[in-house]
Amino acid sequence: MKHRISALFLGTALAFAAGGALAQDKNVKIGVLTDNSGLYSDLGGAGSTLAAQMAVEDSGLAGKGWKIDIISADHQNKPDIATTIARQWIDVEKVDIFMDVLNSGVALAVNNLVKEKNAVMINTGAATSDLTNAQCSPNTIHWVYDTYMLANSTGQALVKAGGDTWYFLTADYAFGHALERDTTAVVVKSGGKVIGTVKHPLNSSDFSSFLLQAQASKAKIVGMANAGGDTTNTIKQASEFGIVAGGQKLAGLLLFITDVHSLGLKVAQGLSFTETFYWDLNDGTRAFSKRFSERMKNKAMPSMVQAGVYSGLIHYFKTLEAMSGNPHDGAKVVAKMKELPTDDPLFGKGTIRVDGRKIHPAYLFEVKKPADSKGPWDYYKLIGTTPGDQAFRPLSESACPLVKK
Amino acid sequence: MSALTDDTLPTSPRAVRDEMIVFAAMAVLLAMVPATGIYPFFVMQALCFALLACAFNLLIGYGGLLSFGHAMFLGTAGYCTAHALKVWGATPELGILVGVAGAAALSVVTGFISIRRQGIYFSMITLALSQLLFFIYLQAPFTHGEDGIQGIPQGYLFGIFNLAKPTVLYYVVLAGFLGGFLLIYRTINSPFGEVLKSIRENEQRAISLGYKTDQYKLLAFILSGTIAGFAGSLKVFVAQNASLTDVHWTMSGEIVLMTLVGGLGTVFGPVVGAFVIIAMQQYLAGFGQWVTVIQGVIFVACVLTFRRGVIGEIAHYFRRSL
Amino acid sequence: MQALYAQLLVGLINGSFYALLSLGLAVIFGMLNIINFAHGALYMMGAFCAYFLLNLAGIGYWPALIIAPIVVGIFGMILERTMLQWLSGLDHLYGLLLTFGIALIVQGVFQNYFGSSGLPYAIPDELKGGMNLGFMFLPIYRGWVVVFSLVVCLATWFLIEKTRLGANLRAATENPTLVRAFGINVPRMITLTYGLGVGLAALAGVLSAPINQVRPLMGADLIIVVFAVVVIGGMGSIMGSIITGFALGVIEGLTKYFYPEASNTVVFVLMVLVLLVKPTGLTGRAA
Repeated sequence: MKHRISALFLGTALAFAAGGALAQDKNVKIGVLTDNSGLYSDLGGAGSTLAAQMAVEDSGLAGKGWKIDIISADHQNKPDIATTIARQWIDVEKVDIFMDVLNSGVALAVNNLVKEKNAVMINTGAATSDLTNAQCSPNTIHWVYDTYMLANSTGQALVKAGGDTWYFLTADYAFGHALERDTTAVVVKSGGKVIGTVKHPLNSSDFSSFLLQAQASKAKIVGMANAGGDTTNTIKQASEFGIVAGGQKLAGLLLFITDVHSLGLKVAQGLSFTETFYWDLNDGTRAFSKRFSERMKNKAMPSMVQAGVYSGLIHYFKTLEAMSGNPHDGAKVVAKMKELPTDDPLFGKGTIRVDGRKIHPAYLFEVKKPADSKGPWDYYKLIGTTPGDQAFRPLSESACPLVKK
Repeated sequence: MSALTDDTLPTSPRAVRDEMIVFAAMAVLLAMVPATGIYPFFVMQALCFALLACAFNLLIGYGGLLSFGHAMFLGTAGYCTAHALKVWGATPELGILVGVAGAAALSVVTGFISIRRQGIYFSMITLALSQLLFFIYLQAPFTHGEDGIQGIPQGYLFGIFNLAKPTVLYYVVLAGFLGGFLLIYRTINSPFGEVLKSIRENEQRAISLGYKTDQYKLLAFILSGTIAGFAGSLKVFVAQNASLTDVHWTMSGEIVLMTLVGGLGTVFGPVVGAFVIIAMQQYLAGFGQWVTVIQGVIFVACVLTFRRGVIGEIAHYFRRSL
Repeated sequence: MQALYAQLLVGLINGSFYALLSLGLAVIFGMLNIINFAHGALYMMGAFCAYFLLNLAGIGYWPALIIAPIVVGIFGMILERTMLQWLSGLDHLYGLLLTFGIALIVQGVFQNYFGSSGLPYAIPDELKGGMNLGFMFLPIYRGWVVVFSLVVCLATWFLIEKTRLGANLRAATENPTLVRAFGINVPRMITLTYGLGVGLAALAGVLSAPINQVRPLMGADLIIVVFAVVVIGGMGSIMGSIITGFALGVIEGLTKYFYPEASNTVVFVLMVLVLLVKPTGLTGRAA
C-alpha cells in the first residue's frame, strides 16, 4: 500500500503543479489498455504498446521538453477488470489518454468512464459501431474500423463483382446479428439477394452442419458474420468440405491479417475481406512495418489495430503541440483533434468527424494463392478501395447526440 | 475419506467470542479504509467477492457441496439489477431487490436439479448448469451479449445516499457485506447449521435420525445462491456494468480458488482469500496470461500442501475456530 | 430427407470426440475415483504434440497418432506420480480441484507461448479430398475419424471388460488390499490407468488437429460438454460412456439442423431432463 499512497501524493503534487502553470504543462501519460493474453493478443497486445512507443519516439517531443510516459495493462477481455484498471489509471496514475481498448464490451465500458472523468480514448481495436453512434462521446475517437464499415465495404464490392446471392453463417449474439443486418442492407441495396442464413452458437468447434446447409443453398457468397476462432474454424472446415472448390466464395466480415497468418495461405486463399491498413500498401506503410517487425518478439507485421495506435498517437501529439501544452481536459483536446486534419504515413490523409469517427479509405483484399506469395506475411492482393466519405455510416443516419441535425 | 474441512477445532462459547472479536476488528479496519487513502474501488470490489466467497463457503464448508457454477448467481443478479436500474429506471433498493429475487428464483430451480446427485457429480452438474445459463445470456437480447449492460446509473439509495460518491458507495457496500456476513455466520451457528454439518459428516446417519436431508441441502443451496446474488447486485453499483464475465465458468473457478486459499469451512477464510486473489489480479495485471498460470499454481499448491488455507492454518496453529 | 442423413453423419463425427473423451474420463474415474478436470488441457496437448512433431521433427500424422498419446500419457503418469497420488484417501473433491489447477497451468503456459488464435495443421495427404455419397459430400478425413475412434473405443472396452489385465484392474478398484495380496502392484496399475485415460484424450486431440485450429483453449469449453455427457450417461460402464458419447453427437447434429440456435445448449438441457427422470444417469451407478 505504501507506494500507492506515495503515488497519490505525487499525483496531488502534480495536479497542483499543473494548476500553477497550465499552459506549459508538458506531461503526458498514455495508457495502452489491451488484451495481452487472450483471444486478441496477437491483434493488439504487446504490439500495441510497441506501436505507442514508436509513436512517442517518432514524434520527437522528448527533445522539445515533453515528458511522455506509457503504461500498459491486460484487461483480460473482461469489462469489469477493464473499468477497474481504467478508473485507477485516471484517479491514481493520472492517465490522459487510453489507446487500443479492443473488445467491444470493454470499449463501451471504458467509453462511459472516460466520458465521466473527462479523459481521452482513441479506440483502435473494438468493432462496435455504437462507439460513434448511439453511444458516441465527446471524449472518444474511433480510429480504425467498425462493423458498419466492414459490412458496407465487403458487401458492396462483392455484389458489384457478381456475388449477388448470399448465405450467412452468423454467430448467434448481438455482434453477429448486427454484422448480418448491416451486410444484408448493403447487399440488397446493391441489387443482391440474401437467400438464407443459419445462426451458429458462439465458440463452436464444429461448423460442418452449418457449412452443409450453406453448400446446399447454392448461394454464390457465403458470408461469415462471426469473429475470431469461429471465423478461422469456419474457413478451415469450409476448405475441407470443398466449399470454395465447389465454386462458392467465402466472405469474411471481420478478419485480420493475424487470422490469415494463423490459417496459412493454403487454407485461406481466395478469401475476401476488408481492412483499413496493410503493411504492403505503399512506401510509408512498408517503412513503418519493417521497423515495427524488427522489434517484435515474433517478427510479426503490424495489424491494423496496432497501426491505428501509432497513427492515432501521432495525431494526438500534433494536437497537443498545436495547443502548446497538455490541458488535461479530454473533451477540449478531442475537440481540437477534430478540427485538425489527420495525416500520417500509415492511413494517409483523413479527418475526424463530429461523432468521433476517423475517416479514411477502406480496402477490400483477397488472400493470395500460396504460389503468388513472395514470402512470409505477403498475403493480400488489393482488389478494391472505398473512399473514406463512402466507407462509413453517413452522418445523416447517425443516432449520435453530438450530430446536430 | 477425510472431510474437506478441519473439524478438530472446538466450537464453544469461547470460539464464538473469539470470532466476534475478530469480526469487530475486521469491521473497524474496513470502516477506516476511506480515511487511509487506499483506493476505495479496489476494496469495494474485494468486498463483493468476499461476500460471494462466504456464500459459496456456506455450501462447501458446512454442507460439503462443491458448487462449480456459483458465478451463475453472481451474473444473474447482476443482469437483473442492471436491467432494472438502466431500463426500468428503478431506485437502487428496488434494483437490488430485483437482483436478489432473480438469483433466489434461479437457485430454487438449479438447486432442485443439482442436489439429486452428490460429490463430484454435484460439481459437474452445477458447472454444466452454469454453462447452459452462460449460453442463454449470450443469446438473450436483454444482456446485450458480449457488450454487456454498460453505464448503469447508480442513483440515490432510499432517496438519500448518493451512490455516485465513492465514499458513500463504499459504506453502503461495506454495510451490505457486513450484513450478509452476519447472516451467514448466524446460519452456521443455528440449529439448521448443525444439521447441515451432521449431513456433511454422515448423510446416512442424518437420514436415519429422521432428517429430510435433501430439504436441508436444498435450503442451504438457496440461501447460498441468494446471498451470492446479493453480492452480484452490489457489484453492479461498483463496476457500473454487468457482463458475461460474471457468468463464465472461469469466474466460478475463481470463487472456488478464493475460498480454498482462505480456508474451506472457516468463518473468515473466504474474506481473506477474496482480498488475496483480487489484489493479485490487480498487481499482476501486467503479467498477462501468467495470471492464469499463477492461479493454477496456487490451486495445486493449496491442494497438495496447504489444504486448510491461510485462516485454516492459523486457526489450526492456535487451536481456535476462526 | 437427404440433408437429414448428412446431419446424422456429421453428428456421428462429433460424437466420436465426445465418446473418446468421456471414455477416458470413465477409465480414470473407475480406477482413481477422480474427475479429471485436466482432460481438456491434455486433449489440447495431444493436438499440440502432433503440431510439434510435424514442425520441429518433420514427423507426420500417422506416427503422431501413436507418439503423441504416448508422450502425453507419460506426462499424465508423471502428474499422477508426483501429485495425484498424494490425494488418495482424501475427499474426491480435492482431485477435482487439483486437476482444475493443472488445467489452468497447462492452458496458461501454452497461451503464453502460442497466443490464442491457433496454429494450422494440415490433413494428411492420404485422407485429403472427399466422396460424394449422393446425399452429401463427405470429407474422407471425417469418415476416418468416425471409424478409427469407434475401433479405439471398442478396443478399450475389450481391454477392460474382457481381458485378464482388465479383470485385475476392475478388481483393484473394488478391493485394492485384496488385489495387492495377490502380488499385483496396485499403485503402478493406477499410474498406468491414468496414463491410458490421458492417452485417449491426447489421441482425440491428434484426431481433431486437422479439423480445428490447434489452439490452447480448444479443450477448455469442450470439457464442460463432456462433463454433461458423463452426467447423462453415468460413469458406471465403459460401454455406457461410449454409446452416450456417440448418441449425444447425433442429437446435437440434429439440433443443428432443426433449431441451430439451441445446438450448444441441447446437451445441457438433456442433462437436466435425465436428472429429473433418472438421477443416477442412464447407465451409472449411484455416487
